[in-house]
Amino acid sequence: MKRKITAFMLCLLLLIPTLVSCGAKKSEKSVYYLNFKPEVAEVYERIARDYYNETGVKLNVVTAASNTYEQTLKSEIAKADAPAIFQINGPRGYASWKDYCADLKDSKIYGLLNDKNMAITDGDGVYGIPYVVEGYGIIYNDRIMQTYFTSANKQVDVQSVDDINSFEILSQVVSDMTRLKDELGIDGVFASTSLKPGEDWRWTTHLANVAVYHEFKNNDIDLTSDQTKEIEFMYSDGFRDLFELYINNSVVDKKLLGSKQVSDSMAEFALGRCAMVQNGNWAWSQIDGIEGNTVEDRDIKFMPIYLGVPGEESQGLCIGTENYLAINKTLSEEKQKLAEDFLFWLFTSETGKEYVTDELDFITPFSSFDTDEVPDDPLAREVVNWMSREDKESVDWNFTLFPSQTFKDNFGSNLLSFAQGTKPWNEVRDSVVRDWKNESAG
Amino acid sequence: MIKKYVGKYFPIFLLPTLIAFFVSFVAPFVIGMYLSFCEFTTVSNARFVGLENYVKVFSSSTDFLNALWFTVKFTVVSVIAVNVLAFLLALILTRPMKGTNAFRTGFFMPNLIGGIVLGYIWQIIINGVLGYFGVDITYAAKYGFWGLVILTCWQQIGYMMIIYIAGIQNVPGDMLEAADIDGATYFQKLRYIILPTVSSSVAICTFLTLTNSFKLFDQNLALTGGAPGKETAMLALDIYKTFYNRVGYEGVGQAKAVIFFIIVALIALVQQYVTRTREDL
Repeated sequence: MKRKITAFMLCLLLLIPTLVSCGAKKSEKSVYYLNFKPEVAEVYERIARDYYNETGVKLNVVTAASNTYEQTLKSEIAKADAPAIFQINGPRGYASWKDYCADLKDSKIYGLLNDKNMAITDGDGVYGIPYVVEGYGIIYNDRIMQTYFTSANKQVDVQSVDDINSFEILSQVVSDMTRLKDELGIDGVFASTSLKPGEDWRWTTHLANVAVYHEFKNNDIDLTSDQTKEIEFMYSDGFRDLFELYINNSVVDKKLLGSKQVSDSMAEFALGRCAMVQNGNWAWSQIDGIEGNTVEDRDIKFMPIYLGVPGEESQGLCIGTENYLAINKTLSEEKQKLAEDFLFWLFTSETGKEYVTDELDFITPFSSFDTDEVPDDPLAREVVNWMSREDKESVDWNFTLFPSQTFKDNFGSNLLSFAQGTKPWNEVRDSVVRDWKNESAG
Repeated sequence: MIKKYVGKYFPIFLLPTLIAFFVSFVAPFVIGMYLSFCEFTTVSNARFVGLENYVKVFSSSTDFLNALWFTVKFTVVSVIAVNVLAFLLALILTRPMKGTNAFRTGFFMPNLIGGIVLGYIWQIIINGVLGYFGVDITYAAKYGFWGLVILTCWQQIGYMMIIYIAGIQNVPGDMLEAADIDGATYFQKLRYIILPTVSSSVAICTFLTLTNSFKLFDQNLALTGGAPGKETAMLALDIYKTFYNRVGYEGVGQAKAVIFFIIVALIALVQQYVTRTREDL
C-alpha cells in the first residue's frame, strides 16, 4: 500500500510542470510594449516602474536585439499574450503588418501630432504614429577640423566647415586632410565603412536615401503611388564618388571592411582616430559610452551628406523618422485602450516627458513638448539647429519606401565586393535597380 | 507482474510525455507542413495558396540551389576531415602513454562552447591571419568555406574522438595478441581487426557529422553571415534569411524548410540502410 501511495505521489510530481503554467492567471492590468531601440532598453525598465507606481498598470517592455525586430515581432505577435504596442518602420512596414494595426484616427496621441502628414495613413485611417524625429549626416570632430583649417600646410582654400557645401569641396578637403593626417594626428579622415553583413545599413539605407530622395524629387514622383516601385538610381555616380571617398580615406584598408561593425566606427570616432563618420543623432550614446573618449561634447557637429547633386549647396541634414508606433487591433478593446493611455502618459505627463527628453533623448513631433524641451546631447541639439535653419532644406527619409531587407542585404554585399575590388560599379548599380524592382513586386 | 503494472500505469506515466511530444514536436511539424502551402505573416493568419511557394523556391532566385550545392561540398569535406582526424586522435590516445585523460578532455572541450561564440572567436582568429595578406574572410567564398571546415573540425573532432575511443577500447585484447603472435604488422591489425570491430562507431560518427554539417547554422551565421554575397550561405541560413528578411516570402522559406527536411531525412534513411546491410555481412 505504501508503495502505491509513493508511486501515485511521484506521478503527481511528474504532472506539476504541466499544471503550473495553467495556474498563473493574470488579473492585473498590463500593457505589453515591444521596443525597437536596444540602446534605451534599460530606461524603459525604469519608466515601467514609475508608470506602475502612478497608475497601477503594469508595463511589460520587451526589447528586440539589434536588427532582429521583425523576427521578434513575428513570433511575439502570434502568441496569446501578444504585444499591444509595436513599431512599424514606415509604409513598407505597414504593408506587411496591416492586419494588426489598429486605426488611431480618434486617439489622443494622434491629436498631439504637430504635423499630421507624418503619420502613416491608409484611406481614412491612421495606422502608425511617429514618436521620434531623428537626423543624420556626417558627424565631424570640430577640434580636428580647426587644427586642419589653421594648418600652414593646408592647400585648399576653405576657412571653416560652413564653406563645405558641395561634394566637390568636401572631396578636396578630405584628400588634403588625408595628406596631412600625421600632422592632424588621425589614422584617416573617415571612420571605417562598416560592411559586415547586418552592419551595412548606414550605406544601404541612409546614404542611398540621399540619392533616392533627389531622384524622386527630380522626377516629381508621388511617394504614395506605385511609381516608387521602380528606380533608375540616376545619382548612382554621386553615390559611388562619396562611397569611394569614404573607403579611400579611411582609418582601415578597404579590403578589411567586411568585418567592421558600426560600433567599431563609432569607437574610432570617439577615440579621435578619425575626423568624420556618417551616422545619426542616436549614435550619441555610442560615442559617449566609449571608454577613453577624447572628443569633447562641444566639438561634435553635423554636416550634410553631399553627392554632387545640382543645387546641393542649400541641402540640409536628412531628417525624418522610421519609428512609428502601432497598436495591435487583434487584442481586446480594453487592452488597446490601456496601450493608448500609456502612450498618452509617456508623451504628456511630467514624469513621462522628463524621461523622453532627458533619458530616451527623443526629439518628439508632439505638441505637448515645448521648443526648448529637447534632449541635451550635442547631436540632438545640432539636429534641432539644422531643422530651424531657413537657408537649408532637409532631406526626407525616403528609405522607408525601400523594398525588403533582402534588397538591402544584396546591396550591402555588392558594396563590399565593390570595396574589395572584385565587382565593378556598373554591376552594383544594375543590381540595385533590378533588386528594387523584384523585391517591390513581392 | 510487470505487464500488469504497465497496463495500469501506462496513462499516468506516459501521458505527460506523450502530450509534450505532441505539443512540442508533432503539432509544430504538421503546422509547419501546412504553412508551406500558405501565404502568411505570422503563423496565425495563413491563407492557402497551394504549390505556389514550392515553385517560387526554384523560380524566384538561384539562392536555394547555390546554398544546397555549397552545403553538399561542405558536408563531404567536413565529414571526411572530422572522421579521419577524430579516428587518428582516438588511435593515438588509446595507446599507453601519460596524460591521455587530460588530452581527451582538452580535445572534447570545444564541443561545449556554443556555435555563435565559436563563430565569432574563429572570425577574429581567421581575420587576424588573413589580415597579413590584406584581406578578410568575406573577401572570397573559398576563405569562408575553409573557415567553416576548420571551425567544424575543431568543434566536432573531440566528440567523435570519444565515440571512437569507446569503440577501440572494445576491441578484444586476445584477438590483438593472437595477431601479434602470428606476426601481423600494426597496419594489418588496424585494417583487419580494429577497423571491422569499430564499424558501428564509424556508422554513428558519420551519421552524426553528416547531419550536423547539413544542419549547420549558428557557426555559419556568426563566421561569415553568408558573405561575400550569399556565396557561403548554407541551407539553414538561406531558409532563415528567406523567412525573415523578405516581405511576403515567409511561405517560401517554409517550403524551403520542408524540402530541407526531406533531404536530411533521405540522407539519414539511406545511410541507415547502407550501414545496416554492411553490418549483416
